[in-house]
Amino acid sequence: MSDSPKLKIPVSKDDHFQGPDKAPLVLVEYGDYQCPHCGHAYPIVKRIQKALGDQLKFVFRNFPLAEVHPDAVNAAKVAEAAALQKKFWEMHDMLFEKQTNLDVESLGDYAAELGLNVEKLNEAVGTAAVENRVEADFEGGVRSGVNGTPTFFINGARYDGDWEYATLLKALKAELAEKV
Amino acid sequence: MAILKEGTKAPDFSLPSTPDQRVSLSEFLGKNVVLVFYPADWSPVCGDQLALYNEVLPMIKKYNAEVIGVSVDGIWCHLQFEKDRKYRFPILSDFEPKGAVARLYGAYRDHEGTSERALFVIDGEGIIRWSYLSPVGVNPGADGILDALENLKKDN
Repeated sequence: MSDSPKLKIPVSKDDHFQGPDKAPLVLVEYGDYQCPHCGHAYPIVKRIQKALGDQLKFVFRNFPLAEVHPDAVNAAKVAEAAALQKKFWEMHDMLFEKQTNLDVESLGDYAAELGLNVEKLNEAVGTAAVENRVEADFEGGVRSGVNGTPTFFINGARYDGDWEYATLLKALKAELAEKV
Repeated sequence: MAILKEGTKAPDFSLPSTPDQRVSLSEFLGKNVVLVFYPADWSPVCGDQLALYNEVLPMIKKYNAEVIGVSVDGIWCHLQFEKDRKYRFPILSDFEPKGAVARLYGAYRDHEGTSERALFVIDGEGIIRWSYLSPVGVNPGADGILDALENLKKDN
């Protein structure tokens, strides 16, 4: 794994994460809400989180491929705007579960369903702060060697292997064994 | 055969970008060029790699650089491919004589009859400043390109 590209933007408190802050394993995903492969990875990551429990911290960063996925940038902004109302993960999950319908109108429906203040959310989506956040994620990802979506990093090193459940879990457990 | 290394003068070439237009490397003197050889249109890995460069283009342009893609596919194949993927940089057809330009750069795979997956960053004076040969099945990403362009900027 030593030759694989390294995460150039360290995981920080500004990241959206699940799991303990000081977990021995940190899995970072660069993803795109409209990317079908990321949609496929979504339940796999959930199962991995369940299997590893407190040993895993999971971070999600935006890597929307705007030309191939016309709704991806807006969806990423909506998730970031939801974060400002402390509902990033709820929106993240919703977007992946409904990834074939990410038009503006549907996004408004999802926000309402999650009990978000939709007016405030839409306002935030249009701000430079939210736009910059998505762009900064993307640029940092490119710099770190993200070459498509999803791209995973395990404890800071790009994971180039297969990310189906069994193989990804095995890779994470191997990393854990090395650490202990 | 090894790909051309940094410090080498980039061989000039002129290849079709459409049925009645050609693009020459020498047109880009004064600009940095990211020359991307890839094995074939439509194969999923290539699509991913070029799609990434398409997205990263604004970051690349900040370094006064342009991207040029090259494969041995015919021009009509390229046209469909470009249209389908909405690429905003030219992809050139190294079709006749097949792979001639790829061979000049040491980036031709005789056995397969395609180019390698190889990257070259060429400066405004036409000198190769960075080159990278990727395993054919691996999308090399854009970090190496951006690091090379960043170093170029520091040197100048």
